[in-house]
Amino acid sequence: MEQKNNSLLVYTIFYFLFLYIPVLFLPLFSFNDSNYMSFPLSGFTFRHYEDMWSKTPVFRALWVSVKVGVIASVVSTVIALMAAKAFTKYKFIGSRVSYAAVLLPFLIPEIILAVSLIVIWLSLGFKLGLVPVTIGHILFCTPFCMLILVSRIEGFDSSLEEASRDLGENAWGTFWKVSFPLYLPGIIASLLLGFIISFDEFILAFFLSGSDPTLPMYMWNQLRFIKKLPHVLALGAIIIVATTFVVLLAYWLMNLGQAKEKDFKI
Amino acid sequence: MNEKYIEVRNISKHFGKVKAVDDISIEIKEGEFFSLLGPSGCGKTTLLRLLAGFEYPTKGDLLIDGIDVTALPPNKRPTNMVFQNYAIFPHINVVKNIQFGLRKLGLTKAENDQRVEEVLSLVKLEGYEERYSNQLSGGQRQRVALARALVRRPKVLLLDEPLGALDKKLRDEMQLELRNLQKSIGITFVFVTHDQEEAISMSDRVAVMNEGKIQQLSQPNELYKNPNNIFVSDFIGETNFLNGKTNEKHGDKIDVAIESLGNFKVDNRLNISANTSDIVCSIRPEAMMISREVQSDWDISLPASIKQTSYYGEMTRFYVEVKGIDQVLTVSSQHFDNQSFQTGECFVSIGLEDIALLEKK
Repeated sequence: MEQKNNSLLVYTIFYFLFLYIPVLFLPLFSFNDSNYMSFPLSGFTFRHYEDMWSKTPVFRALWVSVKVGVIASVVSTVIALMAAKAFTKYKFIGSRVSYAAVLLPFLIPEIILAVSLIVIWLSLGFKLGLVPVTIGHILFCTPFCMLILVSRIEGFDSSLEEASRDLGENAWGTFWKVSFPLYLPGIIASLLLGFIISFDEFILAFFLSGSDPTLPMYMWNQLRFIKKLPHVLALGAIIIVATTFVVLLAYWLMNLGQAKEKDFKI
Repeated sequence: MNEKYIEVRNISKHFGKVKAVDDISIEIKEGEFFSLLGPSGCGKTTLLRLLAGFEYPTKGDLLIDGIDVTALPPNKRPTNMVFQNYAIFPHINVVKNIQFGLRKLGLTKAENDQRVEEVLSLVKLEGYEERYSNQLSGGQRQRVALARALVRRPKVLLLDEPLGALDKKLRDEMQLELRNLQKSIGITFVFVTHDQEEAISMSDRVAVMNEGKIQQLSQPNELYKNPNNIFVSDFIGETNFLNGKTNEKHGDKIDVAIESLGNFKVDNRLNISANTSDIVCSIRPEAMMISREVQSDWDISLPASIKQTSYYGEMTRFYVEVKGIDQVLTVSSQHFDNQSFQTGECFVSIGLEDIALLEKK
């Protein structure tokens, strides 16, 4: 038994090294006192971070990404909540087909989604910009948000809603006083993950954004100039840390929901 | 008292092709403790949910206190429900759960507080106001569910197997308590259960249901002593069935040939016609007597042998094979236990008045 546990441990360690070492190179080189990503390391510095801090286009791009991310995650979560509620509560003709249809944008190659959107958008006579990017992100985030919310709502005891109706509340009051507070961990998790997905998204933004770059696009633009690489490393390192934090938070919220759910049962 | 407080008029509820409730009519009296009893899938819960407004009938009308509620949603009905799993709101504490249903009643703050206080003392939950559902035991949750429904002072309280999740001892206590509570507040209770003991020990009247229909509606002792059909006889308590056929009628009695035991003159309460071949005689285990000697002062006393016994404390069950018929009967006795009277030869005695004659359908 001892032997077996050890080999599993070794496997696990190698697995995590394989997953995370490449990612960790970014923060590592962001503190390296050199303009090139190469060994040996030449010394510790905050220079790249200071450099990044002084560049206003970084903040402009950040603000663009935040705006798009917030709107996309809120709209996606609202749409996903309504869809998740319908799919968990009602079994209607075509419910499985429409469930698959909502999930589909998640599986279609993004580039195809992007090309289709650009064709439609331009043929309708609109200009490229942040509006089509946001619409694309809503399309892309909704399946993720719905999967999160469906798993939250599925374990939900429907007699709680009936009890609320029984105690005099109408459907609207029941949603706000009973369902919504109980879905809340799932809703917050959906908002956070929706935001992260939009924030990190590159292809749709690249095709649809026109002249207003999002943060990933800004980084991509900078990569063409070797001198500008270090501050992108610094930016990337910050994004990795922030994303990890948000994902962990969302995951914790989702589990919080699940743990509470167990207590609801008798 | 209003004899027709709740009127269920030819109610049917179909789910696709399944007739969950099939043309049922019932009248429930004001202040009555009324039970719907039956095996799972018999339609009892559907009928209760129709009363609550969680389902709407396919056909028929529903009146409560003279008002047609058939099309009203649950929040407009004068009913409240105690759910099987209690459905205590987990995100708010006990007192807020109880106040939940008061908001729409338009009471003053003082009236609200008074009602909450009253109902908390009624269900003995003082001191638990700040607790949450996950900090309560099963019995306490049940009381919260009860309090939350009663605080609205409904005309009818609907209870969906509320004792099912409790352990035996607590269930027995709650049965008595619930019965006393109902008597003292006088609200009409409609109680759904699959537990026949629970139904007959608590209720004023019981409707036994099967396959969406009412099999028998009567007082508990009637159900037990005078079942209308084989289903009710089998479902309520333990019984033995012996096959037979009817012969000649004698007023309200009839001659019955039971198995190969001979002809007996038995009460014909259900007015079964003469010369019917598919007859079943139902005899309760406790109505028969087991003894070592033949009992000549009983109507029937048959030689038998004990196959197996089981001891229950207050009584012992004997599984005996009667000579000449290929069937094991269950006889219960408080007189003998399985130590003093184990295996071997015995006599089983039956009084004719304890034979309930039923028709096979």
